[in-house]
Amino acid sequence: MDWQSEGYIIAVRPHGESSAIIDVLTPDYGRHAGLVRGGRSRRKRAVIEIGNKVQVQWRARLSEHLGNFIIEPIESHAACLMNDRISLSGLNALCAMAKTVLPERQIFPQVYAAFDILMQNFEDKNIWPALYIRWEMGVLAALGYGLDLSACAATGETQNLTHVSPRSGKAVSEDAAQPYLDKLFPLPSFMIGGRDLSPQDIDNGLRLTGYFLETRVQWGINQTLPDARAVMIDRLMADRRAE
Amino acid sequence: MTPKTASPEIERLISLLAKLPGLGPRSARRASLELIKKKDSLMAPLTEAMAVAMRSVTACEQCGNIDTQNPCHICEAPGRDPSIICVVQDVGDLWAMERAGAFRGRYHVLGGTLSALNGVRPDDLNISSLFARVEAQELKEVILAMNATVDGQTTAHYITDKIEASAVKITRLAHGVPVGGELDYLDDGTITAALNRRTPF
Repeated sequence: MDWQSEGYIIAVRPHGESSAIIDVLTPDYGRHAGLVRGGRSRRKRAVIEIGNKVQVQWRARLSEHLGNFIIEPIESHAACLMNDRISLSGLNALCAMAKTVLPERQIFPQVYAAFDILMQNFEDKNIWPALYIRWEMGVLAALGYGLDLSACAATGETQNLTHVSPRSGKAVSEDAAQPYLDKLFPLPSFMIGGRDLSPQDIDNGLRLTGYFLETRVQWGINQTLPDARAVMIDRLMADRRAE
Repeated sequence: MTPKTASPEIERLISLLAKLPGLGPRSARRASLELIKKKDSLMAPLTEAMAVAMRSVTACEQCGNIDTQNPCHICEAPGRDPSIICVVQDVGDLWAMERAGAFRGRYHVLGGTLSALNGVRPDDLNISSLFARVEAQELKEVILAMNATVDGQTTAHYITDKIEASAVKITRLAHGVPVGGELDYLDDGTITAALNRRTPF
């Protein structure tokens, strides 16, 4: 068995004294693990960091085997983000989420495409939190739990959608939402194509996707969302308070 | 199954030596043979040294360094500046700093780094005692000498978050071109970090 692809390193764990087992998110083979011989050597250590884009060649005798990766760097994102604590927390959350919620060896080209766009914009803190939320929306859709934000669940209205039902995952219009405001999630306008983006929208978006990822995806396998996601939310809120 | 070539006692010695970093079964066998050949001149002093180390080595309650005394000789040294603390990941990093001989303050050894993916949390590290030292002592500076890795810098940012409200100055080691390094052989990330943090010359 032998294939080549590009991908992002999303997890690294040491194996033995000098090797590492890494998870790579690829467009053609999904989240795929493999052994990098000498992955902790001085020469390769800088490449084997989460967030780095690499060209990988995977080889194994049988497809079920862990297999070996041969890796060449394409883009070094980790080093660029290390100085920025907010972006670094976002990178940690993104990689931890990808590792936790995406099943291994399942192909999700759109999830990879959104991941790629997010990685290219991580240095712009005005953009990446919204892209991160869109990525989580894409993950929900790819896993079969997509939110239906096209029309109101109660009235069928397609305009003035302001909330989301936690039960059905469908949008609710402003009028229909009035009796249930304490039970519904606010729907940020940027998630349905709006151009406005406030810090409150980011909070609401993260709460919305976090709820559905936790209850629909993680609870089924008796797990919660990774701590790194909560750390990222804390950092974003602390940054806003500082401003 | 490979037939046993030596007695159970020697096989046990080989299997224990093979657990050490840098030694596999083959090199452990060679080391065992060498020890047995030099029983009086090597094996006996090594056994004694290991027994002494086993009895006396302990972790310093103040900084987390390992030493035969508690507090360790660095925490007790009168010539060192107690108002500067250098935070390192492991004892190996502390030894590396000491080999360089460039730092004359005191240390704090965390015992690892936070890791979102491997589930290492602040409670798993020697971090709370660092915050206690920052609060209790009159410090001028905390130097974060963490590895230039995602986990190392995540840990550094976490410590900064927790102590930046205090008056202490927080610094970290520079990232960039190593001494003797040639640009042609450096990875993109290191060159970018070096360029972003360039200094007046």
